[in-house]
Amino acid sequence: MQDLSLHILDIVENSLAAGAKRVEIRLEEDLQEDRMTIEIVDNGCGMDEEMIQRALDPFFTTKTVRRVGLGLPLLSEACRISNGELCLQSSPGQGTKVRATFQLSHIDRQPLGNMGDTLITLIVGHPEVDLFYEHRKDGASFSLDTREIKGALGDVPLNEPQVVSALRRHILAGLEELAA
Amino acid sequence: MAKLSIEDLKKIKESVQASVTLREGGSRAKVNIHMGTCGIASGARGIMTAVMDEIEKGDIKDVILTTSGCAGLCSREPMITVELLGSAPVKYIDLTPDKMREIFSEHVLGGKILEKYALSVGSETTF
Ligand SMILES: Nc1ncnc2c1ncn2[C@@H]1O[C@H](COP(=O)(O)OP(=O)(O)OP(=O)(O)O)[C@@H](O)[C@H]1O
Ligand SMILES: [Mg+2]
Repeated sequence: MQDLSLHILDIVENSLAAGAKRVEIRLEEDLQEDRMTIEIVDNGCGMDEEMIQRALDPFFTTKTVRRVGLGLPLLSEACRISNGELCLQSSPGQGTKVRATFQLSHIDRQPLGNMGDTLITLIVGHPEVDLFYEHRKDGASFSLDTREIKGALGDVPLNEPQVVSALRRHILAGLEELAA
Repeated sequence: MAKLSIEDLKKIKESVQASVTLREGGSRAKVNIHMGTCGIASGARGIMTAVMDEIEKGDIKDVILTTSGCAGLCSREPMITVELLGSAPVKYIDLTPDKMREIFSEHVLGGKILEKYALSVGSETTF
């Protein structure tokens, strides 16, 4: 994976494969503490203790099309090389929380990349799921909750091209403002 | 920030509802992008963005865009499946945004299969 926004897309795809109906992504860039934290919380099927232990091992997967799982080990390695760590919390039937930390200024920390493209890809691919995103940086923040947007849209689906275009512009503008 | 207000969303809702009645809700094609770990690592999100750009540019309203997980053919990612209404699905492999744009105009809009990028014609039908 070239950047963290791609890791996030991949980790959220795990949540969706686990049947999550709501996924919350929280990202914080803490300049004072020199920390970056990514948290992904889902209400999917969850994992038991043994699965959690094995999920960080690339030779573990519950998929049947390929014998190795790469998503979590790759993110774990990205954390480790930039002086951070990956923490997995989960219980069967309760959902899963993935928490990844990085030293913000570390030379080997991957760049965040295009979070807007990741969010839009998730929204278009899984319009039925509620997606919450919050990005905090230095006192400023951007957030989005597709549950609220769906409420306002009524029976018009989230993946209607006109809705997608408006959402894309909105997310892009919000994230650009935060980056400035 | 370009704030998306409830008012904006209501306007979009009305405009979508108006155009949906005009075309009676039918879709001519479905493009499915494989979004497994291998797909993502080899550029699937960029393929998605390319399709969204084409849809926006051409103001296309009857192409459905979906994503799915790993299909087991990891070395040939990025990969998509194009399915026209009433025809067998076609899988395209080793894609780039440029190839994607070509497939979009030739096959998705033009109805002509691009054999040079295709893996197989047939297999599973999804709609
Ligand atoms: N959010 C989650 N909820 C429930 N189970 C999960 C979750 N994330 C991961 N898992 C379990 O951990 C396994 C390993 O995940 P990982 O992302 O590393 O590999 P994978 O999804 O199986 O394959 P890949 O990501 O390489 O396509 C998964 O197969 C799944 O069983
Ligand atoms: Mg995975």
